[in-house]
Amino acid sequence: MSTTVSATASPPSPSVKTSRRKSLTSSPLIRYIIVRFLLIIPTVFILVTMVFIIMRVVGDPITAALGGRLSPEQLAERIHKAGYDRPIAVQYFEYIGQVFTGNFGKSITDGRPISAIIVTYGGATLELAIYALIVALLVGIPLGMVAAYFRDRWPDAILRIFAILWYATPVFFVGLLLKLVFAVWLNILPVAGRASTRTELDLDSLPHPTGIYLIDAIQLGDPAAIGDVLQHAVLPGLALGFLTAGIFLRLVRTNVIGTLSMDYVDAARSRGVSEFRLVRKHAFKPALIPVITVIGLQIALLLGGAVLTETTFEWRGLGFQLVQYLGSRDFVAVQGIVAVLAVIVAVTNFIVDIIAALIDPRVRY
Amino acid sequence: MTAEPTIKRPRIWSRLPVIHQLRQSVGLQRGMLIVGLTITGIFILTAIFAPLIAPYGFAQLQDAHGDFGAQDPPGGKHLLGTTVGGYDVLSRVIWGAQTALLAILVAVVLSVFLGIVLGVVSGYIGGWLDRVLVVIADAVYAFPTLLLAIVSAIIISQGQSNLFGGILAAGLSITVVFIPQYFRVIRAEAVRIKSEAYVESAKVVGTGVIRIMFRHVLRNATRSLPLIITLNASEAIFTLAALGFLGFGIEPNSAAEWGYDLNKSISDVTSGIWWTSIFPGMAIVLVVLGVTLVGESLNDLADPRLRTRRRAVGVTTLGTISVQGGGALDDEVVDIDELEA
Repeated sequence: MSTTVSATASPPSPSVKTSRRKSLTSSPLIRYIIVRFLLIIPTVFILVTMVFIIMRVVGDPITAALGGRLSPEQLAERIHKAGYDRPIAVQYFEYIGQVFTGNFGKSITDGRPISAIIVTYGGATLELAIYALIVALLVGIPLGMVAAYFRDRWPDAILRIFAILWYATPVFFVGLLLKLVFAVWLNILPVAGRASTRTELDLDSLPHPTGIYLIDAIQLGDPAAIGDVLQHAVLPGLALGFLTAGIFLRLVRTNVIGTLSMDYVDAARSRGVSEFRLVRKHAFKPALIPVITVIGLQIALLLGGAVLTETTFEWRGLGFQLVQYLGSRDFVAVQGIVAVLAVIVAVTNFIVDIIAALIDPRVRY
Repeated sequence: MTAEPTIKRPRIWSRLPVIHQLRQSVGLQRGMLIVGLTITGIFILTAIFAPLIAPYGFAQLQDAHGDFGAQDPPGGKHLLGTTVGGYDVLSRVIWGAQTALLAILVAVVLSVFLGIVLGVVSGYIGGWLDRVLVVIADAVYAFPTLLLAIVSAIIISQGQSNLFGGILAAGLSITVVFIPQYFRVIRAEAVRIKSEAYVESAKVVGTGVIRIMFRHVLRNATRSLPLIITLNASEAIFTLAALGFLGFGIEPNSAAEWGYDLNKSISDVTSGIWWTSIFPGMAIVLVVLGVTLVGESLNDLADPRLRTRRRAVGVTTLGTISVQGGGALDDEVVDIDELEA
């Protein structure tokens, strides 16, 4: 940093041009990364604060969770022990301090530390999200290019109607339909869960389970277990993946059509480059930049969709667990899980922005 | 073109947001727009006339002949069968339209109102208020909307979920999610319009800040609103259904809600009972499809790169168009083609 600052400051007027070019190639990217990284802090801070406020509007978490089940004296004692009778500001600062040290407290209903809950179930959600992203990219991008290539002709019309249909179908209804067709009527795939009971027992007996069943099954080295895990993943992966695939399709189509009307594509066309090659080589890459940015925004959507998909398929991940805790009004657990999800979303968006900046210099500021 | 004084301004109805686009569209885009408008129209009519159309009440469990059976297959007395709780599926699907429409209205009206006020104030006044609001809006915008909606729904409804409370809770929790979207759009427009000459001259004349904000800036900042509203309407249905599906929505005896019915059908699906899930699900798909088709078409028509133009006007048709005179000028697409010809 310091070298570029001195380089722009010291030279006399004739060499200003060269020094500016130098700083454009090296420092702005680093500056952008730093600025963008610093922006994560207020984002996470605001979200954590918001969750805290919303959660405390209801009252203290102990009464919310155990209200009808304990006598008023027992409740008061537990509230005092947990410190919920202190001023709200004190509690808030204590909570913020805990969050920044990675301590999210213990759930009220089952007494487990939030960090342990996240480690145990986070892997399952991550696994599901990765399957979904793979499905979305494999389906959405090629079909989007096809739609752009056949713009306004029947393949485009059919694909666009499909994309809108995918978008219009809630992920849990897609899940129910897939279940009905493939698990009940055709009976070729399991109805729900992440693995059959036997495989789950085998996987739990591993010395270092990762929580990501596919990796665990490979660790186990049992082909039957790998097959079982993959079979269970097909329907949830498809359900969640289709949700995003439709968005990618529309996005790729719009952007490829946009870039196809650029001058350089016209130039290539006039050189005799085939229309197919134009779409695949010339218009595709610049059209990918917005797609990368949108993948970042999709992480938030995927996490929301994961809550629904996990409930549909009884996929015991973070979303499934979150719904359980919400149902039992365990707001300490909810607060912790939501805070962690906020951090995940903020960090992914940061990474995606950096990738976008690396690819496209215009993004940097 | 405008030099000719005899040209009549297009009639008022053809300048209304959706009608204008309908006249402007051609081919596939026009087809999509018409299908979308039709489905949306049917949805709204169903919602309004639900009490007349539905064969039974949404919470009705028996009629003069005794109790409805549970999980009866479609046919006979119950055209689409009955649910595990003994409700008539068809009636609940029809009544569900009413719940969905009410939730959309609450969500869209509230978020448009709050988003616009915040957006105009933030964009026009600027300064630290603007910065703070932008950071907050960005933070909320980046967050999984569903989680935010669930958390707000629980807080707002506090467990009690009758028709009004339930819809209000769902509507408000959707609002929380939508405000940042309207805020961003309106703020961007307000920032742009702030430096326009007519705002400057209003200031010079001594117009008050409030009047400038809501008369000069706001009036000109609402260009893209119809598009966002249609997109948000479909998202509102999703959020309402998702809340119901996760069990944080409206109770079955307060109102019919498609997401709740889908939740109750999860176990039916496993035992091969399809009618309890397919029909409410199809209802959601159709409504979202209709609204999205409208939104999608409006989006394409607003973007010149995506707008399908009327096919190049041949020699013979060119003659007819010039005969039409002022009438053809209503339509800017034809203008472009004429200029190119």
